[in-house]
Amino acid sequence: MSEHIVSVRIYITIFLVLLVGTALTVWAAFVDFPYGLNTVIAMTIAVTKATFVVLYFMHVRYSARLIWVIVGSALFWMAILFAFTFSDYLTRGVLSTGS
Amino acid sequence: MRPIESFELPSPSKVNYLIAVYGLKSWLLTKDHKRIALLYLGSITFFFFVGGIYALMIRLELLTPQGDFLASTTYNKVFTQHGIIMVFFFLIPSIPATLGNFLIPMMIGAKDLAFPRINLLSWYIYLLGGIVTIYALLAGGVDTGWTFYTPFSTTFSNSYVVATGLGIFINGFSSILTGLNFIVTIHTMRAPGMTWFRMPLFIWSHYATSLIMILGTPVIAITVLLVAFERVAGVGIFNPKLGGDPILFQHMFWFYSHPAVYIMVLPGMGVISELIANFSRKNIFGYSFVAFSSLAIAVFGFLVWGHHMFVTPQSVYAGMIFSFLSFAVAIPSAIKVFNWTATLYKSSISYDTPMLYALGFIGLFTIGGMTGLFLAALAVDVHVSDTYFVVAHFHYIMVGGTLMAYLGGLHYWWPKITGRLYPEGWGRFSALVIFVGFNLTFLPQFVAGYLGMPRRYHAYPPEFQVFNVLSTAGASILGFGMLIPAIYFVWSMRYGRHAEANPWHLPGLEWRTQSPPPTENFETTPIVTWDAYEFAPPEETEVVGTLRGEYDRA
Amino acid sequence: MIESHAATPEIHGHPALQHHFENMEQQREAGTLGMWIFLVTEIMFFGGMFLAYTLYRTLYPEAFASASNHLDITLGAVNTGVLILSSFTMAMAVYFTQTGKSRPQVLCLILTLILGLTFLGIKAVEYHQKYTDRLIPGKLIPGAEFTTDPHAVHLLEGATLKQVEMFYYIYFAMTGMHALHMIIGAGLLLYLIIFSLKGRFDPEYHSPVEVIGLYWHFVDIVWIFLFPLLYLLGRHLEHH
Repeated sequence: MSEHIVSVRIYITIFLVLLVGTALTVWAAFVDFPYGLNTVIAMTIAVTKATFVVLYFMHVRYSARLIWVIVGSALFWMAILFAFTFSDYLTRGVLSTGS
Repeated sequence: MRPIESFELPSPSKVNYLIAVYGLKSWLLTKDHKRIALLYLGSITFFFFVGGIYALMIRLELLTPQGDFLASTTYNKVFTQHGIIMVFFFLIPSIPATLGNFLIPMMIGAKDLAFPRINLLSWYIYLLGGIVTIYALLAGGVDTGWTFYTPFSTTFSNSYVVATGLGIFINGFSSILTGLNFIVTIHTMRAPGMTWFRMPLFIWSHYATSLIMILGTPVIAITVLLVAFERVAGVGIFNPKLGGDPILFQHMFWFYSHPAVYIMVLPGMGVISELIANFSRKNIFGYSFVAFSSLAIAVFGFLVWGHHMFVTPQSVYAGMIFSFLSFAVAIPSAIKVFNWTATLYKSSISYDTPMLYALGFIGLFTIGGMTGLFLAALAVDVHVSDTYFVVAHFHYIMVGGTLMAYLGGLHYWWPKITGRLYPEGWGRFSALVIFVGFNLTFLPQFVAGYLGMPRRYHAYPPEFQVFNVLSTAGASILGFGMLIPAIYFVWSMRYGRHAEANPWHLPGLEWRTQSPPPTENFETTPIVTWDAYEFAPPEETEVVGTLRGEYDRA
Repeated sequence: MIESHAATPEIHGHPALQHHFENMEQQREAGTLGMWIFLVTEIMFFGGMFLAYTLYRTLYPEAFASASNHLDITLGAVNTGVLILSSFTMAMAVYFTQTGKSRPQVLCLILTLILGLTFLGIKAVEYHQKYTDRLIPGKLIPGAEFTTDPHAVHLLEGATLKQVEMFYYIYFAMTGMHALHMIIGAGLLLYLIIFSLKGRFDPEYHSPVEVIGLYWHFVDIVWIFLFPLLYLLGRHLEHH
């Protein structure tokens, strides 16, 4: 698997995108969005920024499929940790134990 | 000629990895995976004896219903330390760090693991973790149970929780580095022609084990670190008085510790696959099913941790999900048992010591696994949780399973590792003694637990005494049985008969190089065109019979 | 799918080729794969703390918002910019190594290190502010226990001081662990700088630069999540 060299232009573009994202998330933090959307917006921006770092700065866009599987697995496993733990916390008191 | 025989056996040379270089430094600074495996073998055996001494103390105390041998606070420390040493310093590293380290490169035709220096580092980290833990034990011990439940461990316990936690934290890195090394090695260093489905099942098991090590160990690391912070800082996320939730600790703890039990048993299953196929001279039945079942266990094992928390305030709804998934995770294990049994059917079994251990494993693991299913049922678990039923269940898997597999594997590969033959007669004898001793120790505990005897108590109502006396008697037999291999293995290194390259006459790649192997494993890199368990059809086999004739009578 | 490699006669190889690898390609792949797997462990490690954060934020939303609003958003935002810039310079360092331009390569590594140290410096300033405000939780600093003054932090309706302390415990645990990783990263950068000056890396062998770059980017990503979760969560509730 030969090495792919990412161009300087792409690096600069991603860098600027990340800075814009940071400014955007700071701005959005002060706006009172309805329906608790503030968190959703902040996390969406963070995930987008992280995705750009992973794909371009960390070269995953140009890497073998195995690397994609590895990154995906890590995220999936964190999701398991969160999902199953919260399946407990969010359902306490939902089913009666009769007591 | 079978394809594997086209890969020629080397002419025996005088130089092997044991004598290639001399001196303490050549061992302590080695990068050779085989030497590192032996370093681990020594240290793991040491910790096994430490854990064993604690076991002895437990069984001595439990001979009588009264708490007369140890004070209750001391007893708490004894069972805690028995668990911590056995789980973290013996069972988790045992097969991967000794047999895995030694065999994985050889089985895939490589010269070493991907990162030899990291391999050595993992041993030193293991030692450091061990030293910190031993310090904690000697300074006064820890009494929280190996499960470190909060808020007792964070607030009320007056024992060396932080030091022990630190020892476990450090040890975790050893596990992580080993798993990392194995995964990279298996992906990138297979010999030409060694496709995934030509690899021995031992490799598949260790790959699955390594996945668990990578994904699970970091969570116990952060959990144990947070417990330590909480003790030191007096504020925390696990103490209800400070606004925290003790159940969060249990979620985080068991997220690792349940998959940890698969770290402990999967390598054993890999060994058993090797032993069953090779000692029945037959290709393993359902190779891909067994291979994929290892991966399935690794994945599903992460989805069931809440079954350790059925009797906590964890929601009933979550309990139901965990219960259902716990039943599901038994399926891949059962698939393995069925496939091993099918392999034995109409095969040519030789009842050598390794095979005796393998057969014992199948029976005992089945019992352990089935009792696990009983525990997975919510209604049953409510009654037998925190009783000796649970203790018996996990000892059937850990000792009846993993320890048997470890001993079987050690015997099987002993000629390859040391170039010496162990005394076969004594091998079979001790395997039988261990089997009898083990069952006598733990079978009564199922009954005692079912009848209500709680675990982690140094005193108990007199009606349970008969079970405890049987159990302690069994433990003595088990202990005696395990001393025998300890003695003859050491004896064989000096006085055992020299082994040829392939004393068992088997097709595996590790048997195609001399015993003991040269440092670089193979003189030329093999080009693999054969499957893992290619046995000659019966017509072509010369009758080898059992190997009794090849061994010294001790 | 990374294939296994055909054996090549190892008469001579690159001086950095290790004996158990067949060729530089295999060695590079193994190194990259190894670092990615290590990063998986780091993701799970920080994941445990993110779990605790998520749980307690759900349980004590007002307290978390109050405590978060007391953090210095300017310093936090500047630090975010500093880290993003350092990720850029790190990526450029890898680029220059791949293209054999050693002077700019070393320069970029040094810039990355300086930016990393800047981040740590700003963090130290923030931590000191917490110290003087007596917001370091529990008995972590004997003699400077957590404040009992209910006006130390502007409390929103429903928030208690104990819950605010919980926020700061998680804040220090997460940013402290992050800072520790930055310190380690700084050490790794120093190693890279020294060996780059010695001319150790070239287009054929620069795996350490790449692999440490991956580590550095990962540490940046953790901060990309920490910043909004810790600094920004309650700003929209501020009524100034």
